[in-house]
Amino acid sequence: MGDPILQIDDLHVSYKVYEGRLRVLNGVALHVERGQRVGLVGEAGCGKTTTMRCVLRILQSPPGRITGGAIRYRGTNLLRVSQGELQRIRGSGISMIFQDPVAALNPVFTIGDQVCAVIRHGTHKRLTRAEIRRRALGALREVQLPDPDRMFASYPVQLSGGMRQRVCIAMALATEPEVMIADEPTTALDVTIQAQVLWLLDRLVQDHETAVVFITHSLGVVREMSDWVYVMYAGTIVEGAETNELFERPLHPYTLGLLSALPKLTGGGIAKGIPGRIPDYLNPPTGCRFSPRCPNAMRVCDQERPIWTRVGDTPAHEVACFLYGGEGV
Amino acid sequence: MAGGRRPARRGRKAGEGERNEMSILRFLAKRLLLSIFVLFGLSVLIFTISRILPGDPVRMALGPRAPQWAVENMRKEMHLDRPIHIQYAYWLSGALRGDLGQSLVTRRPVSADIREFVPATLELAIFAGIIMAVFGVAMGAIAGRYRNRWVDNVIRVFSYVGIVTPSYVFAILFVLLFGYVLNLLPTIGRLSPWITRPPVLTGLVTIDSLVTGNFAALGDALLHLILPGVSLALGPLAQQARIARASISDNQNKDYIASARSFGIPGRVIMFKYLLKPSLIPTVSIMGLDFAGIIANAFLVELIFNWPGFSRYGIQAMLNKDLNAVAAVVMVLGLTFIIVNILVDLIVAWLDPRIRLGGERGK
Amino acid sequence: MIGVNGLTVQAKKRRWEGFRKAWYKFSRNPVSVVGLVFVLGVSFLAVFAPLVSPYPNHAGPYVNFAIGSKPPSLSHPFGTDAFGRDILSRVFFGFRYSLMMGAVVLALVVIPGVVLGLIAGYYQGTRIDTIIMRITDIFLAVPPLILALAITSVLTPSVLNAMMAVSLMWWPWYTRLVYGLASSLRHEFFVQSAEVIGASRFHILFRELLPNCVSAIFTKMSLDMGWVILIGSALSFVGLGAQPPIPDLGTMVADGAKYLPDQWWIAIFPAFAIMVTVLGFNLLGDGFRDLFALEEI
Repeated sequence: MGDPILQIDDLHVSYKVYEGRLRVLNGVALHVERGQRVGLVGEAGCGKTTTMRCVLRILQSPPGRITGGAIRYRGTNLLRVSQGELQRIRGSGISMIFQDPVAALNPVFTIGDQVCAVIRHGTHKRLTRAEIRRRALGALREVQLPDPDRMFASYPVQLSGGMRQRVCIAMALATEPEVMIADEPTTALDVTIQAQVLWLLDRLVQDHETAVVFITHSLGVVREMSDWVYVMYAGTIVEGAETNELFERPLHPYTLGLLSALPKLTGGGIAKGIPGRIPDYLNPPTGCRFSPRCPNAMRVCDQERPIWTRVGDTPAHEVACFLYGGEGV
Repeated sequence: MAGGRRPARRGRKAGEGERNEMSILRFLAKRLLLSIFVLFGLSVLIFTISRILPGDPVRMALGPRAPQWAVENMRKEMHLDRPIHIQYAYWLSGALRGDLGQSLVTRRPVSADIREFVPATLELAIFAGIIMAVFGVAMGAIAGRYRNRWVDNVIRVFSYVGIVTPSYVFAILFVLLFGYVLNLLPTIGRLSPWITRPPVLTGLVTIDSLVTGNFAALGDALLHLILPGVSLALGPLAQQARIARASISDNQNKDYIASARSFGIPGRVIMFKYLLKPSLIPTVSIMGLDFAGIIANAFLVELIFNWPGFSRYGIQAMLNKDLNAVAAVVMVLGLTFIIVNILVDLIVAWLDPRIRLGGERGK
Repeated sequence: MIGVNGLTVQAKKRRWEGFRKAWYKFSRNPVSVVGLVFVLGVSFLAVFAPLVSPYPNHAGPYVNFAIGSKPPSLSHPFGTDAFGRDILSRVFFGFRYSLMMGAVVLALVVIPGVVLGLIAGYYQGTRIDTIIMRITDIFLAVPPLILALAITSVLTPSVLNAMMAVSLMWWPWYTRLVYGLASSLRHEFFVQSAEVIGASRFHILFRELLPNCVSAIFTKMSLDMGWVILIGSALSFVGLGAQPPIPDLGTMVADGAKYLPDQWWIAIFPAFAIMVTVLGFNLLGDGFRDLFALEEI
């Protein structure tokens, strides 16, 4: 296991709203190896998108604020880096695909315009216009868009959702980044298109040897698309393991709850949900944030936050839960 | 006046056979047709109204001491003794030939009056329009970008003042301040009496003097344009600034901006290209209306600054019940308004491909 | 438990709560409250002008050259005009005419405009819709002030005629606004359910669609009060509205313009009065717009 290419340590983020501060991220920690496909799974509102937006520092800054922690890309702390350096890293180092392709493309510029702009500013080399155009067309071809020349002159409004998402993927890969963050890239698409786009994404990522952070709330997708899975709840990472290991031997009560909530093809019965609701971020519980809903909660769970512990080596498995150690020193 | 632009509803997204630019021509054709219809309707309306009024305009024009036969003669000349639709026919045929009748006040053909006075108002309106567009958008963009910081608050206060103050109040204040107290800028007419006038090419003194190299006249003309132009422009400018501000600050948070930033596109490019273009769409839509407002409100300023313009001529015609002149003024202003609106619609369609390509415009 | 008017006691209480919440939200923005204060102040002065003005008889024909053209002083805080009339009192009465103009125009315009918009919106896509909206388009294509000016000019200039002229050019805006709302609401489930039950067209238009448009209409009306007053003052300024000796604010500015710069108070105070009134309605309207979170206005 080499040095992780992307590492998030103890990230804290709060949002200022009228009633006070929402403590949204409470010590998020994860890392991504070179070329690794990492899945980040969790329910809506748990902070997945917020975390990833912090990486590229595109968090909406009023009201959001990073109040602590570090994000290291190849060793450099992105939270302390200069604007110029940050701009260099964006695009050619780390790039991102957004959830809603409709909203992610500027409606008044042509596809060609936007892809070329990304290539021009994202690859930090001097390129001629002809070269930029060549690369742009190549990128569009790579995502299997029909008739790239015509696509060049089209506007986003003329494309279907699936095609738009392919364009976004093309833009994200055109700069040859080392890490790509995909924020629920198929959630807004039709189910049939989803499969195509996912397959395409997977293949490209392997071709380019790009590391991927794949954010999703769908367990099925994450099982297909990642080598390693992190489970996130209410602003903290609660469990992380190699994919198959997580699905076969889930440890954290939340993960267990998630998996048992999946309807099964065999066996009868209605799937069980997880009782309770996500915590109030204004006054989050001290201690483990899942403890109010946890069927195995102990007294210590209300009082202290469990520490991230390695519970297995091969296959690797890590969890933050007092059931498996997790006490501080 | 706050008016909403109808939102363009997106139609079905086309895969292959998407609508092409032909729709712009069709759009233009439709608008032209509607415009002609409107002009026609307007002419009927204004004609009817002006002919049905009580009182005797001929008597008013000639004065109480004119002999009756003179009055009768004039009435015959003006076809006032015929039924109203015949009168309209005369008027219309004359108008299409360029003959809009005689002005009862200036005793000249109205078309001559138009030729003399329209350029003055046009020059003023264009000057004010440029100020409104440039400064309005600039201020709105700055306020929207730096929302809630002190720049924004200053600009907002300024735009409130601008919106609620009638242009004639600004005009009066400027005349007081810059004309009398500070004695900085001229307040009367288009050119100072001691400047040699450039030959009348376009009628726009600035263009004429520029073209003939008469820079003294150019400078003087510009100085004369400042006070009336700014008085006219401030209200609409404030309106523009408000809309631009709202538009920029809304679009700022959109995903496509975050996406562009995430790809490493530098901030300046984002501001001036990616953010500005979509934000201009609502702003430009209102610009048409505001420009029409400038033309319509020009009379207030023209009166105060003694600007020999068309609007002032129009008001005087109205106060003197100069029928032909009134009709002509209404038609000319109506035509201008229609042209400006069509231009604005074309610009908006150019800016926003969704309107051109995405399907039918919403009703 | 059904009380009077078919509303349960609970429902009445909820409405009151709704008002209190709305007021709380509205008052969070101090600027909107300023607007409300201005509007209330102007309205108060307008309504009680005869009682509150120091010299109520100065609002009509009154001449006393002895105290003519006096600068602001304790006895005449806004000074006097060339005829010796107290400007403060005239301004108070001027508010009457301004508010009256706004109220009358809106009263004339809102009902037909809204009704047409509702009808066109409900029958969206049919011939009725096309007819109504085409007519609206035509009126909107006519330059706004021009028509008003022309009409006022060919009739005898007076306050009444000015109001009629402005009304004629104003109604299409309401039709358009309500049309936009009604035509998109028209396809919502609550309308379809009402149709299926067999509700009358009247019921659907006025008891289903209309309540959803009320906040937008109301906001627009507040903003429009300001605009109508502004336009009315422009008409009067030029001589096409109120005629002397009626103390209309626009006419007063026009009169006072002649005496600039020496007797500045004759024009300036009425001008400020106009500004304060329009500003008040503008801020109030903006406050409503924020409160109802509207984007259509």
